[in-house]
Amino acid sequence: MSETQVHRPPSTAAVRRIQPMAADAPLTGFRTLLHKEVLRFFKVGFQTVGAPVLNALLFLLIFSHVLDRHVTVYGDVAYTRFLVPGLVMMAVLQNAFANSSSSLIQSKITGNIIFVLLPPLSYRAFYAAYVLAATLRGLFVGTGVLLVSMPFVEQSIANPLWVLVFALMGGGIMGSFGVIAGIWADKFDQLAAFQNFLIMPLTMLSGVFYSIRSLPQLWQDVSYFNPFFFMIDGFRYGFFGQSDASPWLSLGVVSACFVCLAALTLAMLARGYKLRS
Amino acid sequence: MTMPAIRVRAVTKNYGALTALAGVDLEIEQGEFFGLLGPNGAGKTTLISALAGLVRPDSGVLEIMGHDVVSDYREARRNLGVVPQELVFDPFFSVRELLRIQSGYFGIRNNDDWIDEVLARLDLSHKAGANMRTLSGGMKRRVLVAQALVHRPPVIVLDEPTAGVDVELRQGLWQFVRELNRDGHTIVLTTHYLEEAETLCGRIAMLKAGKLVALDTTDNLLRRFATHSLRVNVEHTEVALALGGRANDDGWVEFDFDSYTEVEAVLARLREAGAGLREMALGEPDLERVFVELMHRV
Ligand SMILES: Nc1ncnc2c1ncn2[C@@H]1O[C@H](COP(=O)(O)OP(=O)(O)OP(=O)(O)O)[C@@H](O)[C@H]1O
Ligand SMILES: [Mg+2]
Repeated sequence: MSETQVHRPPSTAAVRRIQPMAADAPLTGFRTLLHKEVLRFFKVGFQTVGAPVLNALLFLLIFSHVLDRHVTVYGDVAYTRFLVPGLVMMAVLQNAFANSSSSLIQSKITGNIIFVLLPPLSYRAFYAAYVLAATLRGLFVGTGVLLVSMPFVEQSIANPLWVLVFALMGGGIMGSFGVIAGIWADKFDQLAAFQNFLIMPLTMLSGVFYSIRSLPQLWQDVSYFNPFFFMIDGFRYGFFGQSDASPWLSLGVVSACFVCLAALTLAMLARGYKLRS
Repeated sequence: MTMPAIRVRAVTKNYGALTALAGVDLEIEQGEFFGLLGPNGAGKTTLISALAGLVRPDSGVLEIMGHDVVSDYREARRNLGVVPQELVFDPFFSVRELLRIQSGYFGIRNNDDWIDEVLARLDLSHKAGANMRTLSGGMKRRVLVAQALVHRPPVIVLDEPTAGVDVELRQGLWQFVRELNRDGHTIVLTTHYLEEAETLCGRIAMLKAGKLVALDTTDNLLRRFATHSLRVNVEHTEVALALGGRANDDGWVEFDFDSYTEVEAVLARLREAGAGLREMALGEPDLERVFVELMHRV
């Protein structure tokens, strides 16, 4: 190396003590990660919010065209009105899952996950940021679906608090689930399998498109083992003040699911499962 | 005040049947410019990952500025900046956005002054607004350096930072890293360019198959292992070999000796034997020879 003269500092030189920069506000790490995760989906909002809203709109147009005149639910609720909350909740659930799972698997595959693993972020902050961002994406898409349905359906919300609670719970559950799936999966295929063989069937069979009271007894009973049924049924109760199951039962089941999944996800993160090998 | 910047004690790491680290002990003092060398697969990156908390060792203890990397991970990580070997980046953001985000992860919200300084010193100011996707490989690598420095860590570890960086930028990067070292930052460097390590590092560790096979000052290593050499290109190679020379891959013959005063005698013997000298060159002791010797010997 002829261009540079030999440097070689003596190893025992008296050195000035360098201090790392101090944190200047509490929770900055968590807030930054949340902000980054939200920016990530906003920057491609056309795909992450626009596309699923359009999707739901198509469902709404097709099903309502075919069924509206023939079917009413809970006595006097027109089918299209009945359908809207199901579509909204389905959008919340699917998009919350998609957000955390795809963000994590992308970061893992490209390797940029290290940028969140090197800093002093706690696993709780990590969990909270990913799940909250996922929930926000779910709520955004859900709100979008509700807004585009308005020209077609006259909707009133009987009990907004129930609506909000179930939307948040659903987002939290599916955001956590997405964290688990995103960390567990090594390839996009595996994530797609998760989505196609677990989440899609469970949502489709959860009563998004029908009231389970219209099912034969056996299938009504089976539905009670599907947590998605309770998420959607409870959410729908907020709209109509009526539902297939008691809203309190739904709330209990959904809360229990959330607590279990959160505990499982936190335990995985605390151990560094597949992240810190 | 004698607390080492890095302390590694009896660290082992296995991947199945493969031993990546086989009991490494190492202390690096504050303010050192330290070289961590070894062939591909020696365990350099594994050791660095263990320091950074990306890899959990099977046994042993690692500390950064006195903070255990597991039990006191927050302080350990605040004190450490790592430039990873792989060229990774987040394609969603611009350079400045990325550096602000990285600062935020370390708890620092208002960091633009330092970010600007780092960008300027890495000659990246003109790319601050550019999306990561649009940068060349060498620029992406400099952004990785900037990301490792956002929190101004006392200990900076660079895992092959000059792979794929052109000569001019390499010089610039080393200039910057030296300045950081002069300011008091401890620098740990891995590289396969042994000349760089020889010029820059005050002390060097060599790893082979997860074990330390050498740990000494660069000067001592050069003195201990390397000799001067005379390389000759002759008409009759067999004659030169009969005089105690060593055949080189390129057809030259090499003679080792401890001092330059012996050169004359070697040349005289070659002439007497009629070797037919065509060209000659003197070899300084260099780290590459130390490296090759150590890797073959142990
Ligand atoms: N996640 C992993 N799973 C299995 N084996 C691994 C893993 N990471 C590293 N190894 C193995 O551990 C050994 C040490 O790898 P490491 O990356 O530390 O080497 P290195 O000294 O950094 O090499 P290089 O100079 O090529 O970067 C290698 O044999 C490697 O194949
Ligand atoms: Mg390596």
